[in-house]
Formats: sequence, structure tokens, C-alpha cells
Amino acid sequence: MSAATVSAPTAAPAHEGRIGLRANLRHIGALARRNMLQIKQDPESMFDALLMPVVFILLFTFVFGGSIAGKGHEKEYVNYLVPGLMAMMGMQIAMAVGTGINDDFKKGVMDRFRTMPIARSSVLIAKIVVEVGRMLIATTILLGMGFAIGLTVSTSVLHLLAAVALAMVFGASLMWIFILLGLSLQTAQAVQGVAMIVLLPLQFGSSIFAPTSNMPGWLEGFTKYNPLSNLADAARHLINGGPVAHSVWMTLAWAAGITLVTAPLAVAKFRNKT
Amino acid sequence: MTRKDIPRSGGNAVEVRGLVKHFGETKALDGVDLDVREGTVLGVLGPNGAGKTTLVRCLSTLIRPDAGTARVAGCDVVRQPRQLRRIIGLTGQYASVDEKLSGRENLYMIGRLLDLSRKDARQRADEMLERFSLTEAAKRPAMTYSGGMRRRLDLAASMIGRPAVLYLDEPTTGLDPRTRNEVWEEVQRMVGEGTTVLLTTQYMEEAEQLAHELTVIDRGRVIAGGRVDELKAKVGGRTLQVRPADPADLHRLAGEVTRAGLDGIAGATADVAEGVVNVPIVSDEQLTAVVGLLGERGFALAGISTHLPSLDEVFLAVTGQKTSAPGGEQDIRTDEFQEVAA
Repeated sequence: MSAATVSAPTAAPAHEGRIGLRANLRHIGALARRNMLQIKQDPESMFDALLMPVVFILLFTFVFGGSIAGKGHEKEYVNYLVPGLMAMMGMQIAMAVGTGINDDFKKGVMDRFRTMPIARSSVLIAKIVVEVGRMLIATTILLGMGFAIGLTVSTSVLHLLAAVALAMVFGASLMWIFILLGLSLQTAQAVQGVAMIVLLPLQFGSSIFAPTSNMPGWLEGFTKYNPLSNLADAARHLINGGPVAHSVWMTLAWAAGITLVTAPLAVAKFRNKT
Repeated sequence: MTRKDIPRSGGNAVEVRGLVKHFGETKALDGVDLDVREGTVLGVLGPNGAGKTTLVRCLSTLIRPDAGTARVAGCDVVRQPRQLRRIIGLTGQYASVDEKLSGRENLYMIGRLLDLSRKDARQRADEMLERFSLTEAAKRPAMTYSGGMRRRLDLAASMIGRPAVLYLDEPTTGLDPRTRNEVWEEVQRMVGEGTTVLLTTQYMEEAEQLAHELTVIDRGRVIAGGRVDELKAKVGGRTLQVRPADPADLHRLAGEVTRAGLDGIAGATADVAEGVVNVPIVSDEQLTAVVGLLGERGFALAGISTHLPSLDEVFLAVTGQKTSAPGGEQDIRTDEFQEVAA
């Protein structure tokens, strides 16, 4: 019977069970489709990506804009703020990945994935692919809102797209941190709690909302190395003009560093999770 | 009861030798040996916490054993996990399907993950939906399914890849009797098609229905094993309970059955407190003979049922001890009554 049953459609020649690149991409596609169908089934899970950019841009422009840039200068602040918020969107969406993966793991379907002949990283990569898509939607809304209240691009469309791409690359790298967190902590609430503690200082101790020159020296030092500052500055210079090389390279270096360290840890954690 | 002829063919689909897995102080598996012959069903019987789920998780590459070896269709679980995953299917205690996806989407996804083309994956999904009577619910999210439908969808998902070896980890725990029967029928069908099954269960009745051979485990160790009828002979078979319409008939009825000298029936006892006569039986033929005799003698009956030894009784018989299930009196009763048309 073995011959008949083992030669399932799945059991291609038993060549060491390695998963080829094409098969791997197909698996990631199938799993990404699953994540998208989940969103379709639960449209409320898109609220954050749709509403967050609207709320943030209106709130910060009209509540703080006057104080930061001077009354009547809110429009100028928009050009400062929007690139910063692009960095913040990535952070916020990445945080949701952590809670999502923690939740997902409580369901038996992960056991099924882990007993199937697929690379275990594909489950995580599929999640990131879909979340980057969500980030792109959030960023598009952010830019749309920005243009509606006075954002101008003084460079070119290509520069703008480069800024968006940079934010996506960095956001994807952040997701590995939150996946690792999501797999390491017991509950989604704990993930959220820890994430907030890490996020707040990173977000506000940066150049996202206000120039760092008015901060005390020690904080300014911190913001210089804060990757969110690097990303915000890079996006700002790409959109408003200015020297981009340093901040872009810093951002890419951070993204590469974070991914190289946390992605293997996250995949190992996923593999060995019992 | 169903009679299962053990296929004569070939060797072992699953070979486990000295498997050990400790979680801190807990010895979940403490040196387990077992074999499952190709094309047969091995029932792994044990109380909660005996190590059944840990065994299945080791054999399906979800956790690494601390010591010992396990080979499934010739693949080592530790050294060849990727090959092994092409051979096995797993249906656990908790349905491992995506609740937000529809039944069809779940099966399509599994097909794609098993490298079927889009067209084949769609076709195979529909085939499985049809086979597991889920066609009508195909488009609904799995979270709207009843417990039995979910379990069937789970089985369907496990069968998409036509696994040579299927692990069923307590496949009917928490299901009502009717749904349980549906799952049993499906399992029997898969076995009929040549699938080798390792089944864990807390229910003697389930083991008897499905398994060719049994391994009884407790506290991570194998404490008994053998063919189902051997184990049953050790434990004692079923008990037929007859409830006469008139309690005054109790002793006369017991006497008639005992005196009739039916093949293999040692004696019937009257239980006055319960108002029933208990007749130990080991075969369906004996059941038929007793019922025939009662009809012949013209007894008016109010009820008739058969009763299997509970897991507790099995344990008592093979170890002389009560089950060591944590919490003692857990839900391990299997002595549900099966109504027999009188």
C-alpha cells in the first residue's frame, strides 16, 4: 500500500525534502492570501490603518502645529510633520503584527502549518507581506490627507516614492521585532504593553513631531541615533529637499541590522514553539 | 461491533523506540516503544496527562524528543523532518483550521501549500467538501460550523495530501454521540483506503470501534498492548443489560439465560436495585442469541443495552491500579449505553 498512498500529489520525488524558491513563493502567496481573507472577514481590523493617519495628521497639525511652528504657520508644519508620521505609521502597524501573531498562535492552525512541508519562515513572511500592504494603504491615506491640508512636494514624485519605499523597508524590519515579541510573550495584552513602553520614547524622543534642536543635549544625542529620527529626516529631505545620503543610509543600516538579528531569532522561536 | 481483519501486508509504518520527552520535572514520555503496522489502526489509550498528545507532537515534528528514536515510513522524526511532513496528516484535539476562512478557502489553501496547481487545489477542495458532506457550508466561515463540522473539515484538511500516515489526537473528544459516529465512519473509510492511523483516545469504546491493536499508556510509559480482542479478553467483554417490564421477572429471567447454556455465556446476574439483569458477553453472536432467547420465552422487556468496560476497568485489569489521571475522577467514563433495537 505504501507505494499507492505515499505517491500523493504532494509527495514529489523525495529529494531531501528541500523547498525550492518557486515553491516557497507559492507557499508565501497562499498564506498571504489567508491573511487577506482574514481581513476581508473581519473588516474592522483595517480601522487602524484607515483611521490612524487621519486622526494623527489632524490632531498634530491643528493641536500642536500652531505652537511648534507658530500660529498661522500650521501649513508649514504639515510639510515637517507628514514625513515624520510616515515613520510613525510603520511603527504602529508593526506593533499590531505582534499582537496579531500572538493571537494567531493560540489557534490550532499554526500546528497544521508547522506539520506541513513548507518553510516555517513562509508563515511569518506572508504576514509581513500583508502588513506592508496595510502600511502602504495607511501611508497613502496619510499623504492624501497631507495634500488636502497643504502638503507640497518640492522635489519630485520619484523622491516621494523613494521616501514611501524607505518607510516600507524600515517598517518591515520592525515587524520582525514585534513578531519575536509576539512569539515570546504569553498574551496579546502583554505584547501591547511592552510594545507601548518601547514605542513611546522612540516616537517622541525623535524628530517626528518637532525639531530636536530645542531638546536638552542628552536627548538630542539619543534622537540622533534613534532610527525613527533617521527615517523621519530621510523622508523629510526626500520630500522637502536637502541632504539625503546620511539619513537614508542610516535608515537602511538600521533596517538591515534589525532584520539580520531578529528575523532568524523569530523563525527559530516559531520553529521551537511548543 | 465491527470486526476488523488486520491486513497481512508489510512492515511497520511507525516505529517508536525508547522515546523520552521531559518537560521540567514532568516525564511526559518516559521510554515509549510502539509499532503501527502499515494499513492498520493503532489505538493509544490512556487517561488525561498520560503522554498521548506529547507522543503525537513528537511524531509530527512539532516537538523534539529528548531521547529515543521514532521513524515514520522510514523517515526519522529528528533527522528528516521535512520528508516526514510530506507523509503525515494530523488532526488534533482542537480543530486546526482557520476559523475566519470558509471551509473551501481552508482546503484550497492547504492544497496550494501542498504544491497543487490552482486548478487542482480547487478541484481537490471541492472533492473533499463533497466527501465530508460540507458542500452546503463550503462558503461559510469555519467559525460558524458546529463542532462536528469543524472536526470533519479538519479531517478533510488532513486528507488533502493523501497522507500515508494519519495521526488522530482524540478526534472525538467533546463531540456528541451522533457526530462522534460520523467521525468514526470517516476514519474507517480512510483506513479502508489504506491509510495507516495512529489514534489516541480516552475512550475504550472508540478504541474498540476503530483500532486493530491497542497500546495502553500511563504516566509516559506503555503499560499494556496487544490486539483489541486480546485486551478485551483480559478485561472482560461487554455487558448486556436487560430490563424486564415487570421487576418480578428479574430472577426468572436471569435463571433462564443461565440455564439456556448459550455458547460461551457463563452466567447472568440479577441486579435488583437497578432492576436489570447483567449478562457478560464477548461477541455479537452471543448478543443475538440472548435477545433471541428472551423473545422465544416471551419476556416483556422495558429496555436493553450494552455496556463496555470503562477505561478505569481496563486500567484496573491491566495494572491492578486506578488510572493516575491528574485530578482523579476526570471525564474518562466510557460506559455510555448503546441502545440496541430490542
